[in-house]
Amino acid sequence: MLRLVNINSYYGLVHVLKNVSLHVNKGEIVTLIGANGAGKTTLLRSISGLQPVSNGTISCNKVEIANLNADKIVKRGISHVPEGRQIFRPMTVYENLELGGYLVYKSSGKKEQKKAIDEKFDMFPILRDRKKQFAGTLSGGEQQMLSIAMALMNKPSLLILDEPSMGLAPMIVKDIFRVISDLRDEKDLTVLLVEQNANAALKIADRGYVMETGKIIMEEKSEALLLNQEVKRAYLGKDKRDIWKNK
Amino acid sequence: MDIWDPQKESMKRDEIEQLQLERLQATLNRVYKNVRHYKTSFSDIDFMPEDLQSLTDFNKLPFTTRQDLRDDYPYGMFAVTLREVVRLHAPSLGFEKPVVLGFTKNDLNCWVELMARCLSGVGVTKDDVVQISMPTWKILNTFGIQRGAELIGASVLPVSIKNLPNQVKIMRDFRTTILVTTPGFAMGLINAISSSGIDMITLSLKQGIIGSEAWSENTRNLIEKNLHITATDIYSLTEIFGPGVAWECHEKNGLHISEDHFLPEIIDPVTLEPLPPGAEGELVITTLTKEAFPLVRFRTGDLTSLNYTPCGCGRTHARISRISKRTDDVFVMNATCVIPDQINMIITKLNNGKEPVFQLQAERKKDRDTLTVIIEVTDTMFFDEIKKQLLIVDDIQLAISEFLGWNVHVKFVEQGSIDRKKQVLDNRSL
Repeated sequence: MLRLVNINSYYGLVHVLKNVSLHVNKGEIVTLIGANGAGKTTLLRSISGLQPVSNGTISCNKVEIANLNADKIVKRGISHVPEGRQIFRPMTVYENLELGGYLVYKSSGKKEQKKAIDEKFDMFPILRDRKKQFAGTLSGGEQQMLSIAMALMNKPSLLILDEPSMGLAPMIVKDIFRVISDLRDEKDLTVLLVEQNANAALKIADRGYVMETGKIIMEEKSEALLLNQEVKRAYLGKDKRDIWKNK
Repeated sequence: MDIWDPQKESMKRDEIEQLQLERLQATLNRVYKNVRHYKTSFSDIDFMPEDLQSLTDFNKLPFTTRQDLRDDYPYGMFAVTLREVVRLHAPSLGFEKPVVLGFTKNDLNCWVELMARCLSGVGVTKDDVVQISMPTWKILNTFGIQRGAELIGASVLPVSIKNLPNQVKIMRDFRTTILVTTPGFAMGLINAISSSGIDMITLSLKQGIIGSEAWSENTRNLIEKNLHITATDIYSLTEIFGPGVAWECHEKNGLHISEDHFLPEIIDPVTLEPLPPGAEGELVITTLTKEAFPLVRFRTGDLTSLNYTPCGCGRTHARISRISKRTDDVFVMNATCVIPDQINMIITKLNNGKEPVFQLQAERKKDRDTLTVIIEVTDTMFFDEIKKQLLIVDDIQLAISEFLGWNVHVKFVEQGSIDRKKQVLDNRSL
């Protein structure tokens, strides 16, 4: 469904993405893990049209989308849940969802938009309870659910998530990942997920890519990445043996 | 026949190439960072992994040879630390610096998956009994085949190649359906069955997976006719893991090579230029998923050709033609690689450091392969006492036989009688 071939991107003179190639098949959850500054967010932004690509190709269902405007990419069925939620804090939950479903309103009218919002409330009942509340007053987990719900308003075929677990309590992280997993299982949604919480991501993903200083250094099934000792040490925390040794 | 992993084994060509490009870029990034040999050889040609934009750029990269693997003994070619390594293989101990490979847990799991593909490809199911009859010096092969069969759920019976009459009894009593072995053993089995008096109809054999050395279509016909089985070929490369690199399905139209794990190329062994599909040349392999001991453009020395058309079995990965020749003088006999340089070293040591002029003659007599080492007599090897002369013949014979693991004959001839251009004379029709 999504195919990247030799993507290169720069921040000024700094070469931040170096010949990155990856693919996401329909119905897969693929995760991209790596340390801070590896280039994961930059890569997602380049898919969404928010970061220019200097060379390489990005295709979605065999249609070239590299360097298209962001709104055109959304119309092609790719929705991006950005890092840090980035919901509209002075607006209510309902208004945020209306904004997320702007294209639905434009193409199909207010009735369809309302129907889509109701579907999101069914998916995330807590948002229905808070629909008139200002988004900035929601808890971290509720804001993340709102952010995901906004992205789902357009019924995308590919959902891109950038660090959905950031700043959230472990129990909430579990809920968020369960939601992502259910979306794939029940709605056949394809997901590209960037995470620093590599453990949680690899447990729901089919495959993973490991990124380091702008390059992909590993591509494996998620079970294999969980077994890989280097990945364990760098991204999943110390071996239990090491912890006990230090004690 | 079931396809073990249809999602991967029946991928479209563009999907295969995308996956190969991703895995190749990841492998090059990793080896450049972790393996001194590759960092040096890439730097020598001013190549950085990010310069690789397509699979065609790959042709610029230097080759890796067996000598490179020996030169970097013990850990120079390892891309992970030793604590990640859960298995070590030392397939050839003959050289001063042997080749030792490492495997991580994931590497071993990959091998097992590839063996499961191979075994499923010839119809092995959980209801089968797989008898692995391998020489003791091929014990490493047994590990992978055994685990692959166990993954499928088949029963596994690993044995050696000794005591054929008892092996036939075991086959009958335990209803072996699949035999994994060498061509020599399979041919020996034909005689053992007929002399045992056991009726073929009481055996449950249906499939033979034959490998570890080259064998001809004639041999296949004999095995299939006399054992009433389908016999398919399997290609092993000890520098990767052993069997499972490529294997025949029942279409018998080339050996499937798992392109999601290996990137095969064919080169002209003289000019080193890549050759197109269908042309015969040297097989060069790059591993795409190996963690501990990745190989980039490894020259196998085996002569073959590549066929990218999808197979009638439904698999879409490339196939290599059956291998019977090599680019060098190395040949395989009794499932062992016989390397003339190694034989040279053994004789030189016994000849007070003087290199001999010798020839290796391989012959097939009554379905058994024999090797005769013919050595030109010199001052240091000639004694006018017959007793002393026989002693030196015995010493050389013992040393080479011990090294190879099976008996050889040694013969002295007069000076000047060996054709120096032909160090190996392989008279077997393979």
